[in-house]
Amino acid sequence: MMCSSTAPAITDLAADGLESHCRAALAAGARMQFMYALFPSRDAPAQLRYVLHPGPGAPPQIWRCEPEAQPVASLAAMAPLLSWYEREATDLFGISFRGQPMPQPLVLLPGTLAERPPMTPGATTPLRHVAAPHPLPDLAGAARADVQIMPFGPVRADVLESAQLVFYYIGEAILHFHPQLFFKHRGMEKRFEGLAPRIGTVLAERVSGVGSVAHALAYCHAIEAAAGCDVPRRAAWLRVLLAELERLYNHLQYLGHLCHTTTLKVGEAQGKYLEELAKQLNCRVSGSRLLRGLIVPGGLSREPAVTVVGPELDRLEREFLRYSDLLASTNSHVDRLMTTGVLGRRLAFDQGATGPVERASGIDRDSRRDQPYGAYAELPLRVAVREGGDAYARQSVRLDEILNSITLLRAVWAGLPAGPIRAPCAAVPCSEGLGWAETPRGTAYYAVHLDAAGRLGRVKIKSPSFSNWRVFPYTVHDSNMMDYAINEASFGLTVSGCDR
Amino acid sequence: MSVKTIPLWTLTGLRQGKATTRWRGHGPEPGQDGFLGMPRLDPEKCQPGCEECVAACLPGAISLTAGDSRERVRVDYGRCVVCQLCIDACPTGAFSASSDWAFGSRNRGDLIWSRTAAPGAGSTLKHAIRRVFGRSLHIRHVDAGSCNGCESELQALNNPYYNLHRFGVFFTASPRSADLLLVTGPVTYAMRAPLVQTFDAMPEPRFVIAAGTCAVSGGTNGGGYSCGRGLEGLLPVDVYLPGCPPNPPAIIQALLLLLERLPQRVRGGQITPEEPRSGGAHA
Repeated sequence: MMCSSTAPAITDLAADGLESHCRAALAAGARMQFMYALFPSRDAPAQLRYVLHPGPGAPPQIWRCEPEAQPVASLAAMAPLLSWYEREATDLFGISFRGQPMPQPLVLLPGTLAERPPMTPGATTPLRHVAAPHPLPDLAGAARADVQIMPFGPVRADVLESAQLVFYYIGEAILHFHPQLFFKHRGMEKRFEGLAPRIGTVLAERVSGVGSVAHALAYCHAIEAAAGCDVPRRAAWLRVLLAELERLYNHLQYLGHLCHTTTLKVGEAQGKYLEELAKQLNCRVSGSRLLRGLIVPGGLSREPAVTVVGPELDRLEREFLRYSDLLASTNSHVDRLMTTGVLGRRLAFDQGATGPVERASGIDRDSRRDQPYGAYAELPLRVAVREGGDAYARQSVRLDEILNSITLLRAVWAGLPAGPIRAPCAAVPCSEGLGWAETPRGTAYYAVHLDAAGRLGRVKIKSPSFSNWRVFPYTVHDSNMMDYAINEASFGLTVSGCDR
Repeated sequence: MSVKTIPLWTLTGLRQGKATTRWRGHGPEPGQDGFLGMPRLDPEKCQPGCEECVAACLPGAISLTAGDSRERVRVDYGRCVVCQLCIDACPTGAFSASSDWAFGSRNRGDLIWSRTAAPGAGSTLKHAIRRVFGRSLHIRHVDAGSCNGCESELQALNNPYYNLHRFGVFFTASPRSADLLLVTGPVTYAMRAPLVQTFDAMPEPRFVIAAGTCAVSGGTNGGGYSCGRGLEGLLPVDVYLPGCPPNPPAIIQALLLLLERLPQRVRGGQITPEEPRSGGAHA
């Protein structure tokens, strides 16, 4: 019903035609989404794939390029969001780019000892690491002696994911901000290799734990596209139920955490209490507080307990409305969000912001509507957009999305069609597929390539936090320390999804 | 916009009443309805020659020993990620769904299924922890490469429902003032040194909990070019808590187990029947 019809077209490009094609596509209003490298077989040369959206509503396009020689022309100066993907391809696949504006390693931390790029065929030696200092960049001027460096992390205060936040600052003023990510790089894409597609779902759920449903969904969409299988209608509706339950508990957690940073204590407690109620609902519906274990290629592994959703939803909605009214009328909270961490529309578009972050900067995009999958086309989906680009706009988008998730959940609960929940989905050897899903943090893509035995050969994960972490520092440079925690919380980033 | 909203928040808090549930320490904990925990094994139902469960188990928690006896299946719950695939794969129902989550264990061996569920050798602590810490414990958490699932549940411990503070247990920023190192994740190559440095910075006596299957054994994400096998061979572990992720009551149970305020429930990979108790663990 959904995957085979959206199978994207592949265009072969010569390496020397990349720049002209990219320039033409961007001029026509396209947005590059991501790029990745692969080795089609052990002895074959590396291949590059570029995935782009020609425009709103149009299906994605794929460019395939087998460069005869390296370095390959970098497209990062034209399409800045591709910069990180190119640097990752250099670190992990050993592919060199010409004209890359930031040629230093990205995924491999400073101080990493790698015998060979770890994703090249035959690379077996595990990575090692010796800590490297953060040198102060060459600065001129009288204030040079006043500039201080604070490397915060990777072990940070509170229960937080590991990342090192490096501030270059004078007093309260942040001059420059560098998040040193990828301490948590687990080599997840490599771990898919050789697995049966069904078992790969278990791994996809563990790329970003609080995005288990959306990651499994994007992965299964890719597998289903490769296999040309259709998901039964009931399963497509139930997948919406799981995906919106995931959005609901994530956005409630987000509000609780945002209140923590504005020191609104009761607001924090109430947000986290509502998150807990949502997680307990998840548990009763699926057996897992993170909604794991249900989504499989071809549909669902078992029937979730849908009947409990209705009454619980009424209670959650009632409490949420009271909560959001209070948030909206609390000056001490709202004042800290307004004008904090402004991300302009152009910057958000060029640097690849996704999800609530881009929608809060005036970009009207949501893959649930623009590249529809599952049952969303049949359901009352509303896309929340704000123009402000500040922390307040990012909170507002999420508040709206909570209400729309409740509407969607109620619609699924009331109108769920009968029928089977799983269709056969046999892997087709040597096939490939592209899948996507709108996680609570933006669009996740999975590109899967199956080998001659029908097992996973190459799996590329494009996670929303990889995109949003790239954008985030632009809102921190030249801001102040007092706003930092609020700004970070307003982005709602995960490190595990970014680092993989 | 109203200017005087803070009293409204106070009123909201008061009207909400007490959200915290009473920690029972025995029987089912509230709020965990429907939870699917570690699959139970019934070796009597196991069919000779069948290897379906082994092929379905991504983290390698299920393995076969030589021979055709019914005891040939070896299950290491320290590697289990609760994906339930073995239940789907088993044609004879030797694996069945359960709500078992109280898998906190002082002894790694207690997480491996055995017919005779005898108490493990390492079941007493190296220090009299109650005498040293009284009723208070400060935790330094280190994420050594988790998927963020464990952090999501650790953060939930401080929500009003579980309210970890009532047990006298707190998260602390500095390892210098921490009694317990609580580790999540399979330990990536880049987090190995920061993790060991954090442990080295803690004053003795200090304790370690491996929280979540990744920290216990590497789980689905351990090994490969970037990850270790959790705390195996890296740090001395006082309590192992598999789960993917362990739910908040499982984490509380493991903490109270460490503090000798609750007995260990898991022996030989199975939850043992409870002894009758008179009151809750926080009484």
